[in-house]
Amino acid sequence: MTLLNAALQGIFLGAFYAVLACGLSIMFGVMRIINLAHGDIAVFGAYVMFVIVEHTGVSAFIAFAAALPVMVVLGYVLQLTVLERSLKSGILTPLLATFGLSIVIQNLLQLAFSPDVRSLGGSAGAVTTGSWQVTSGLSVSALGLVVLVVAVLVFGALQLFLSRTRMGWMMRATAEDADAAELVGIDSRGVYAWATAFAVAIAALGGLFLAIRSVFDPVSGPTQLIFAFEAVVIGGMGSLWGTLVGGIALGVAQTLGAQIHPQFAVMAGHLLFLVVLIARYGGGRDFLPRARRLLLARAGR
Amino acid sequence: MKVARWTRTSKLFTGGAAALAVTLACVPLVFESDVVQKLTTLLILVLLAAMWNALAGYGGLLSVGQQAFIGIGAYGTVFFADLGVAPYVAMLLATLLAGAIALPISLFALRLRAAQFAIGMWVIAEVISLIVRLDQNLGAGTGISLIQLNQYEPNFRQAYTFWLALGFTVVFLAALFFLLRSPLGASLQAIRDDEDAARSLGVRVAARKRLLFVLAGFGCGAAGVLVVANTLFIEPGSVFSVQWSAYMIFMVLVGGLGTFEGPIVGAILLFAIQTTFTQGGPWYLVGLGATAALFALALPRGLWGTVEERLGLRLLPVGYRVVEAKGEERAA
Repeated sequence: MTLLNAALQGIFLGAFYAVLACGLSIMFGVMRIINLAHGDIAVFGAYVMFVIVEHTGVSAFIAFAAALPVMVVLGYVLQLTVLERSLKSGILTPLLATFGLSIVIQNLLQLAFSPDVRSLGGSAGAVTTGSWQVTSGLSVSALGLVVLVVAVLVFGALQLFLSRTRMGWMMRATAEDADAAELVGIDSRGVYAWATAFAVAIAALGGLFLAIRSVFDPVSGPTQLIFAFEAVVIGGMGSLWGTLVGGIALGVAQTLGAQIHPQFAVMAGHLLFLVVLIARYGGGRDFLPRARRLLLARAGR
Repeated sequence: MKVARWTRTSKLFTGGAAALAVTLACVPLVFESDVVQKLTTLLILVLLAAMWNALAGYGGLLSVGQQAFIGIGAYGTVFFADLGVAPYVAMLLATLLAGAIALPISLFALRLRAAQFAIGMWVIAEVISLIVRLDQNLGAGTGISLIQLNQYEPNFRQAYTFWLALGFTVVFLAALFFLLRSPLGASLQAIRDDEDAARSLGVRVAARKRLLFVLAGFGCGAAGVLVVANTLFIEPGSVFSVQWSAYMIFMVLVGGLGTFEGPIVGAILLFAIQTTFTQGGPWYLVGLGATAALFALALPRGLWGTVEERLGLRLLPVGYRVVEAKGEERAA
């Protein structure tokens, strides 16, 4: 029962990772770049909400709604000023530029808010404390359920957006072949800017959940980036629903790992990620058929 | 018209570099130990920058996880010293260990592209850091001292460590220098310029990248060894910190990615900045991050790459140039 409960908590945790990873997955899907400042942007979003809550005393969810337009504009501007330029010059430049950006964001947050840890758990209302005891060993927390439902809604909405709206079609066309999309009159600059705007907005949602679930500080970003990237890779790079599945797989691996030893939680997630990475991209594909051929040759003899 | 490698300037400068190494070797005999410690830090930076440049500049491999090898070098030293090996022998063993671990990692890591490689290496560094944190004998999360070095009188210890740093720096820079000048090096520079084109000409890209990766593993391991020898205390939080990658990226991007001299320039620059802003702090890091990003976007060849391009200057020649009959020179 403890294992079942751990797996259930892992699904809730994984839904949070999936939300964090969603923006990363969008940007990779549309532009083939990984934004190394993604985690820091999520944490920046958390600080924006923190400031709003501090000054007005509203609930964290209302603060998120207020922060959302700021984040959309931020994403749009980020694309036009930094990322667009980096896209033109090779595959390493976006990584280098966003890594530099990541250091800038972390240290600006450090300057503005001191290294103290913060949380928005107190200003999110009853949802942070509520839970249902299903059986003696199995409990469902209200927050976990909220995160899971929101995650599914976000991915569902994105699916609808991509398959039903004009902007969504343009995004898919640009992702498929930006030059060909330009030929039929799609403004790929604008499409890229909107993709980044969405990615940053959803990162802020990840920041909200981070701030409510636990605590954050100016250097929380890199860890969030690693978890988000792990979710994207485990689910398969370029697959939207895969990212949701990957996030949940990562969350379950971490909570099951914690059953072995509390210090083993993060390690279990890393190991799952490395195994998938090797199997899918690191030559595992060559290795498996070779092993199979070898086995078949043995069997045939 | 003929093809030449050396010019008068580069002959003079390479001779000067050798003379500089000999002069540096005399530093501990003349200066106070705090100067020696500072210079050791500079040499560590030079070594790290050169190794990161070997990976990214020539192999096109952007790693955010080279701190894995720094950590292996540092903790390996403590591990071997605790087994009773003489401390400076433990340092050599730890360097070899870092290189030996780089080989199996390279088997799959080198198949990863761009971000997969960058973050894959980062996660490998995190995993190694977590393993160290689980080991009580290595001080777990709280850190550990290299007490075996206390048997030496501080001034002597500082001098030995400096000589080791100088030795490592000279050996690794020379290895890279001669590697790049060898026929092998021509293929490395071809990979730097255009990986697909190099492959189509029959360059064994994977094998060449492996060579660079293992060399960088050795070099970063050596840097880690020097970190623990220079500071005597290490903790996983700082020795496995991604901040190392930030420093390496800054030095190489500002100095000049894919040039031999650039990373050395970048290291000297970072060292100068670190000694000026001794209190460090967030503003200094904001500056580093912003500068690195700006260079990546606006001046991808870095300071040295730009100077080289404008003036046709080669101080430590690893390539060839076409010399016209009249003696007028043009960069090849």
